[in-house]
Amino acid sequence: MRDTFARTIYQVAKKKSNVFVVVADISPAGSMAPFREEFPDQFVNVGVAEQTMIGLCAGLALRGCTAFAYTIATFSIYRPFEQVRDDLCYQNLPVTVVGIGGGISYSTLGGTHHAQEDIAVMGAIPNMAIIAPCDPLETEAATWVCAEQRTGPTYLRLGKAGEPNLTTEAPDPFEFGKIRLIREGSDICIISYGPIMKMALEVAERIEGEQGKSVALVSAHTLKPLDTEGIARVLDKYETVAVIEEHSEHGGLGGQVKQIAWDKSAKCRLHTFSLKDKFIHEFGSQRDLWKAHGLDPTVIYDSIVAG
Amino acid sequence: MKREDTTTVTPNFDFAASQRRCRDYRLRILGLSQQIPALHIAPAFSCLEIVDSIYFGLMRRDPEGNTRDSFLLSKGHGALAQYAVLEKLGIITAEDFDLADKPGGRLGGHPDYGVPGIEASTGSLGHGLPIAVGMALADKVAGVDRFVYVVLSDGEMQEGSVWESMMLAPTLGLTNLIAILDLNDFQSLGRTSEIHPNFYPIEDKIKAFGWETAVVDGHDQQAIFDAVMSREGSVPLMVLARTIKGKGVSYMESVPIWHYRSPSPEEYQQALQELSGALEA
Repeated sequence: MRDTFARTIYQVAKKKSNVFVVVADISPAGSMAPFREEFPDQFVNVGVAEQTMIGLCAGLALRGCTAFAYTIATFSIYRPFEQVRDDLCYQNLPVTVVGIGGGISYSTLGGTHHAQEDIAVMGAIPNMAIIAPCDPLETEAATWVCAEQRTGPTYLRLGKAGEPNLTTEAPDPFEFGKIRLIREGSDICIISYGPIMKMALEVAERIEGEQGKSVALVSAHTLKPLDTEGIARVLDKYETVAVIEEHSEHGGLGGQVKQIAWDKSAKCRLHTFSLKDKFIHEFGSQRDLWKAHGLDPTVIYDSIVAG
Repeated sequence: MKREDTTTVTPNFDFAASQRRCRDYRLRILGLSQQIPALHIAPAFSCLEIVDSIYFGLMRRDPEGNTRDSFLLSKGHGALAQYAVLEKLGIITAEDFDLADKPGGRLGGHPDYGVPGIEASTGSLGHGLPIAVGMALADKVAGVDRFVYVVLSDGEMQEGSVWESMMLAPTLGLTNLIAILDLNDFQSLGRTSEIHPNFYPIEDKIKAFGWETAVVDGHDQQAIFDAVMSREGSVPLMVLARTIKGKGVSYMESVPIWHYRSPSPEEYQQALQELSGALEA
């Protein structure tokens, strides 16, 4: 995702003038080289100074520039929270805050590097949009959306590096503000977003293989504004719906889907799987950390199959 | 970029006229204070000469009065000073000013982006300078001849974001960035020099971060104007303007309670008398 973002932003800058990438001493070093070489004035490293990174981007946007602030997810929104709220959201400026390693991608670096409640925090601010692509293809599409469609601020929550493409044959296109079917199915639907989509796919394939049920996969890449009608249709269509997300149980997708289910009097069975409302004092792979918080394909499989 | 290289500087900045305007601003703000229970009067009074000097003296205007230069009031609690100047320039109306802080009005206690003449929302301290850096960078990269003026307060200098941006601006070569520091030596709870004595002397610290500096009397319009016009100009400039919080009304001057308070009718009358006599003395 990191390299895809860097490649895409280079394409964006070739097409569009005044595109700035402002980083706080964290950068996709190698893959950013073409942008830096061709647009040296439009790549700014403010140093370890996240408040200035965001404020500076607001100033660029006030001059009509397209600005992307980029650093590790926790540093991109928590350290400069008030700049994000006041400078970007209150003024409703088209700045994209790119949080790299959203969720718990930095699985060996400890809790200071875990953005496990970022969607709840960003989602609470008026005007802020949130996009969390599940693979490099969605990352590319989301970056173009941020550069060309958005008129207000966006939090672009990316994984780290090495995520596989899962949406090559998706039936639905990527459209900001709309959920998309990325795998057909008729009995069960799993809704997810971000890099944990690959676990959702794994669970879907196992249910189909072992239970003979047809399982659909939906990418809810735009967490805000959430496609309430699209989710209501999913709740209406499938006998079982499951939400799998790499985010705290508070303020993420799962709770919102439950709210929609209540509002629409949904009749389906509904399972939600999320990170716990606890800091993570474990180290290992991202998958190890998911497991420590109950996001384990076997646990999820058993829960869905048990109904 | 030397300041005097530009061609359309407002000719003949009339300092006596500026003094009269600043008295009018004070009277105008005091009038409002009799309708609003609490106002940031003293923080506005300390920066009136600074704001007037920038708008009427330094910002370049075409014959229709339009300016290409930018102004940000990073010490947003001084908003009344900016509103008074914007009213005088005809950028906002008298009705706008009269309705400040009231239902149906569009001027609040802090500058709000979207109101005519307000280029960024401020009010939380430490936000204006990073935004000004972004604006100045955009102008520099685009090759636009435009200056960004930003007014900060000494209490605001305690915000880390100010120092982040101070460190960055010279690195980015932002010679089009001009900051004026309103040094009234007061913040909400007391004297800045007592709350943070190690902040002093200030000028050395700002110079050490790569800025050109000048120290002036912040109630002397000519001194402010001259400090900017005579700058060397190879790095960003910060003018340290020594001011008196509550300037112009004896009982408000350097008395912390007036940070956010409106005078009683009797106090109001006394203030009117003092201000009316000021220019004749």
